[in-house]
Amino acid sequence: MIELKDVRKSFGSLEVLKGVSLTVQKGEVLSVIGGSGSGKSTMLMCINGLEPIQGGQILVDGTDVHARGTDLNKLRRKIGIVFQQWNAFPHLTVLENVMLAPRKVLGKSKREAEEIAVKQLTHVGLGEKLKVYPSKLSGGQQQRMAIARALAMSPDYMLFDEVTSALDPQLVGEVLDTLKMLSEEGMTMILVTHEIRFARDVSDRVAFFHKGLIHEIGTPEQVIGNPQKPETIEFLKSVL
Amino acid sequence: MLNYTFHWRPALNALPDMLSGALVSLQIAVLSMVIGVIFAIFLALGRQSNNKLFYGFSTGWVELARNTPALFQVYMTYFGLGSFGIQLDSYVALLAGIAFNNAGYLAETFRGGLRAIPHTQTRAARSLGMSAPQAFRLIVLPQMFRVVFYPMSNQMVWALLMTSLGVTVGLNTDLTGVTQDLNVRTFRTFEYFAIAAVIYYLLAKLITISSRLFAWRLFRY
Repeated sequence: MIELKDVRKSFGSLEVLKGVSLTVQKGEVLSVIGGSGSGKSTMLMCINGLEPIQGGQILVDGTDVHARGTDLNKLRRKIGIVFQQWNAFPHLTVLENVMLAPRKVLGKSKREAEEIAVKQLTHVGLGEKLKVYPSKLSGGQQQRMAIARALAMSPDYMLFDEVTSALDPQLVGEVLDTLKMLSEEGMTMILVTHEIRFARDVSDRVAFFHKGLIHEIGTPEQVIGNPQKPETIEFLKSVL
Repeated sequence: MLNYTFHWRPALNALPDMLSGALVSLQIAVLSMVIGVIFAIFLALGRQSNNKLFYGFSTGWVELARNTPALFQVYMTYFGLGSFGIQLDSYVALLAGIAFNNAGYLAETFRGGLRAIPHTQTRAARSLGMSAPQAFRLIVLPQMFRVVFYPMSNQMVWALLMTSLGVTVGLNTDLTGVTQDLNVRTFRTFEYFAIAAVIYYLLAKLITISSRLFAWRLFRY
């Protein structure tokens, strides 16, 4: 379970998260929608400790992410994250990209790591591209590789940070299909996205972010289908 | 006007000696690069460190190495340390001097190279559970070496040419040292040093060409 309690986060004098509280249960798919700069992506970075917070508390399975004694390297093993810019490691082949962390972080043998990597890459449809360098892949393929790379650590939670925003329109579908597959497999996911229709389709709950606060949260039918607050209505009107 | 008669035959007879001297020069150059690269990585990190001591030390090293003559640096490792009671032999002193110079120049090259690697690479590595040193070693460094590879091979050529400074601290086993010994014995200065120059030239070319081959083999991506 991921719990955020009154989380505050600032970049200098700019307050990006102004007291966000949220709970995500095991097996749940939560989509986070909202305008650019509303704090959605920052929240993900805070959940796995890539960004420090200035107030509140984030608990992952009861562990306080930002407490002094927390071993973040260990905690991050169970929280996979995929970024908008897929961040493939360009000097490694597709297979090596996915094998690296299981080997170096989990201490798996080369053969074990390769087995895991091949399995995950096949899963996301890249079984034919193992020996290729990322520069030879399309954006959508690189993004799917990044998903496989995160999955290879067998995380309990997956965070997706606008994973289709930097893709050419015709490549969005293949990545969304992969996400859908994961949600159907029961993966716990927080999905920051601009794909409102997709969010409606796959999510158990949807949260609407506006100016560093959650304005509405609930089932897709409630938040997207029947929004209550004027900010939500306005936002949905502008994107749909 | 010209009353100097060339005597190439005795000079060419000394070629085997000079070539074994060339091997020593090459050896010093290679070792000084290996040591220089290792130190340069730390200096490059020091140059962007928030730790004042680490930053100051690195900056001092880089400034000294880049803004004083290499000859001075080699003198300091031999005579300079000598006056503090640390008497390095000529070979070690020369090696230390050139390694010092290499590290200083390479540190700045590396610092630029590190900047070329987007911070998001580190972030992605850390998000997979890698520690900061792991992310640096496995993700950032390998990419940096591609960026700095050609400037590095340049420095390698410099290192080779700098080995000729060994003669000033009494080294007589490297190419210049051997040549100087022959010169002192025979006074056929032009012939011997002309041959030495050709050997240096060929070695420098060898370094440039082999580094190209290396790069082609190493950086397939």
